[in-house]
Amino acid sequence: MATTAVTAERDNYLNQEYGIKTWLLTIDHKRIALLYLLSITFFFFIGGFFALLIRLELLTPAGDLVQADTYNKLFTMHGQVMVFFFLIPSIPAVLGNFLVPLMIGAKDLAFPRINLLSWYLYIIAGVLMLHCMLTGGVDTGWTFYTPFSTAFSNTKVIEAGLAIFISGFSSILTGLNFVVTIHRMRAPGMTWNRLPLFIWAHYATSIIQLLGTPVIAVTLVLVVLERALHLGIFDPTRGGDPLLFQHLFWFYSHPAVYIMILPAMGVVTEIVPCFSRKRIFGYQFVAMSSIGIAVLGFLVWAHHMFVAGISLYAALIFSALSYLVAVPSAIKVFNWTATMYKGSITFSTPMLYAFGFIGLFTMGGLTGLFLAALGIDVHVTDTYFVIAHFHYIMVGGAVMGYLGGMHFWWPKISGRMYPESLGRLAALIVFLGFNLTFFPQFILGYLGMPRRYWQYPPEFQVLNVLSTAGSTILAVGYLLPMVYFLWSMRYGKIAPANPWAASGLEWKTSSPPPTFNFDHPAVVDWEAYDYENIPAPEIPAPPISAEEARIAR
Amino acid sequence: MEQQRDASSLGMWLFLATEIMFFGGMFCAYLIYRLWYFPEFAAASNSLDITLGTVNTAVLICSSLTVVLAVHAAQIGKRQAQVIYLALTLVLGLAFLGIKAVEWTSKFREHHIPGTSFHFEGEIPGHPGQPVDQQHAQIFFSLYFAMTGMHALHMIIGVGIFSYLLYYAWRGRYTPEYHTPLENSGLYWHFVDIVWIYLFPLLYLIDRKK
Amino acid sequence: MSEHVVALKTNVAVWLALLVLTGVTTGVAFIDLGPLNTIVALVIATCKALMVVLIFMHVKYASDKLVKVVVISAIFFLMLLLGLSLADYSTRLL
Repeated sequence: MATTAVTAERDNYLNQEYGIKTWLLTIDHKRIALLYLLSITFFFFIGGFFALLIRLELLTPAGDLVQADTYNKLFTMHGQVMVFFFLIPSIPAVLGNFLVPLMIGAKDLAFPRINLLSWYLYIIAGVLMLHCMLTGGVDTGWTFYTPFSTAFSNTKVIEAGLAIFISGFSSILTGLNFVVTIHRMRAPGMTWNRLPLFIWAHYATSIIQLLGTPVIAVTLVLVVLERALHLGIFDPTRGGDPLLFQHLFWFYSHPAVYIMILPAMGVVTEIVPCFSRKRIFGYQFVAMSSIGIAVLGFLVWAHHMFVAGISLYAALIFSALSYLVAVPSAIKVFNWTATMYKGSITFSTPMLYAFGFIGLFTMGGLTGLFLAALGIDVHVTDTYFVIAHFHYIMVGGAVMGYLGGMHFWWPKISGRMYPESLGRLAALIVFLGFNLTFFPQFILGYLGMPRRYWQYPPEFQVLNVLSTAGSTILAVGYLLPMVYFLWSMRYGKIAPANPWAASGLEWKTSSPPPTFNFDHPAVVDWEAYDYENIPAPEIPAPPISAEEARIAR
Repeated sequence: MEQQRDASSLGMWLFLATEIMFFGGMFCAYLIYRLWYFPEFAAASNSLDITLGTVNTAVLICSSLTVVLAVHAAQIGKRQAQVIYLALTLVLGLAFLGIKAVEWTSKFREHHIPGTSFHFEGEIPGHPGQPVDQQHAQIFFSLYFAMTGMHALHMIIGVGIFSYLLYYAWRGRYTPEYHTPLENSGLYWHFVDIVWIYLFPLLYLIDRKK
Repeated sequence: MSEHVVALKTNVAVWLALLVLTGVTTGVAFIDLGPLNTIVALVIATCKALMVVLIFMHVKYASDKLVKVVVISAIFFLMLLLGLSLADYSTRLL
């Protein structure tokens, strides 16, 4: 059709200007989102590489692939890279940056240059971390516990600490940008209760980023000072308390896990109504539960310290509070399920990832409750049970949410459709690979296999082999989208403005959007998720192929 | 423009919220160790110069006033007054840093800087004969230098910002319609003042009763 | 941020109050009030901080509540850090 041919040719943020300088000096939130996409994917490879080495070592009970010291570095750097350089930025810096202005009807974020600064800080931090890894790495565990990290480790703790400190600034500035943007730049008619829940989720995430990250920043400063000047603030042989470090560290690092999961929940909340053709069940509850998770998430940090030496009374308090924080998450799961009930479900790739998220996050979350119970925690803490728990949430949850979101919004971001059958295949591979990798780890942990050990008793080998096998399948599942996304940029079908017939302002502008997002400023007078008024895409209008577009020109 | 000003002001407030949490982490460490090692904390606190500390507090309070007066001058369109008050703010800020440098130098001479040559010769208030635990005293000074050092770093950044403002105020950039950078930088400066308002009694006045 | 211009004499009054309170803090430190010394010092510091926040930083005159929410939230979360950490430290040897 003539109109779709015209759509393919329009000026959009990708083709408006060319050249590396226009990318490195851009202040367009969409381009910055893509800069982040490239960088975090790079770090995902690095973190994944360390994971692969870990799983290879754990194929056999003996420590035969690497030495013990090296193994310590492997799991440390896997954790640091994945947490600080992949998971924490992933959805907010890529999808959030791209979509927040679009979803609220704004031309850009409130502070576009600070957005670019955010990315440069991330890159500087990343380069520093890479240098640290290449010149010896760190072996303290991603948790940097003292006094090992401050007084005994012979590795590059200071450099890693500084790298994470700088990456924290990147995180804080992103959060700051989002909060101001959401408060001050909504289009006329876009009231708080008409906001997509993706926005509510990112708002809650930003609050955590703003209030939590500074605490780990100052903690890292103290660790660096202690290590450099032999102070003693965290060193028991010099009058210090190692638990003080843990309190300060976990005060951020627990809310940090909510920084990693809330955006993914926001993604799922956009996908589920679209592919159920139904408005979200309980909008207010979902919105408030995001805020609830952000606030309650700050009240539970010492559940990471139950066996570290805190008082029993404190442990009791934190255990009870940890049970409380499960409630808002459960509310979301109920609401997603209720949304799907009597909906008209399409098992598209994003929806498959959403299903995966709901199931795996629920499992991870429930096992969190096991861990919150003091009696159980005493037995399974520092075992593979904990590792399985957080990987179910971080990988089965957050990464699947990220992939689901990338697929859902790929047409908007790139103007191309990815190949749907390959997408579904990859989603299934990821799901199967993930479960094979991490379910055995629950059992391993329950049976007593400690974490961070490079060798283990022979009776644990079968489960470890299963886990390693799963990890290779998972790796294939992750590589596939990278391949076909790239393929689609050249050969993918041209995407219409709204291929999924989804609600939301971002779908009312072209794919890809023009640089300033909307040709005509949006004025909102409809409620969010008004799927009863949006006709479903029956047979998706055959988007024209790239060939046809070229011929039509 | 209104939206811009609103947005940048909110942005600065959010940044200050992060700063509250940043300094807060150190206040947390301070709180715990003050509870644990009160005698040594009191003794160490008494070795700080209370006169210089009080004077410095007054200096910062005066500088907050000059900041307010500078913003006020911009609001009513007085360029000359802006320049004078901004310059005064700078002078007071530098005075604060100077006095801090004097204090730190005397700490250096007394071997109160944590490290290999640390040695604290003080007495626990109320318990003159009681032996002073060197490690506990060293923790006080570690926190003292960390907290006042971080505060001083923020002051230095503030001085940098205000030098920039001074230059552009002199060039006439700030008018009643546009003086957002002055307002927002003022917020930052007042915040740094507030941190000192808490640092002063907590570090200098732990137990001064004779 | 409102364009409310604070009267000059209000600012000067606050400044004087801050100086006076500083003197009071230092003076009171030399008087033995037992455990009250710390409380008095913190109360005075809080009064000074409040005056700076409300008047010098314009929070009293802010047209919308958002700034107040931001400030109160930050202090609330800081209190969480201090308070819940104390929950551990103060009950350790019980």
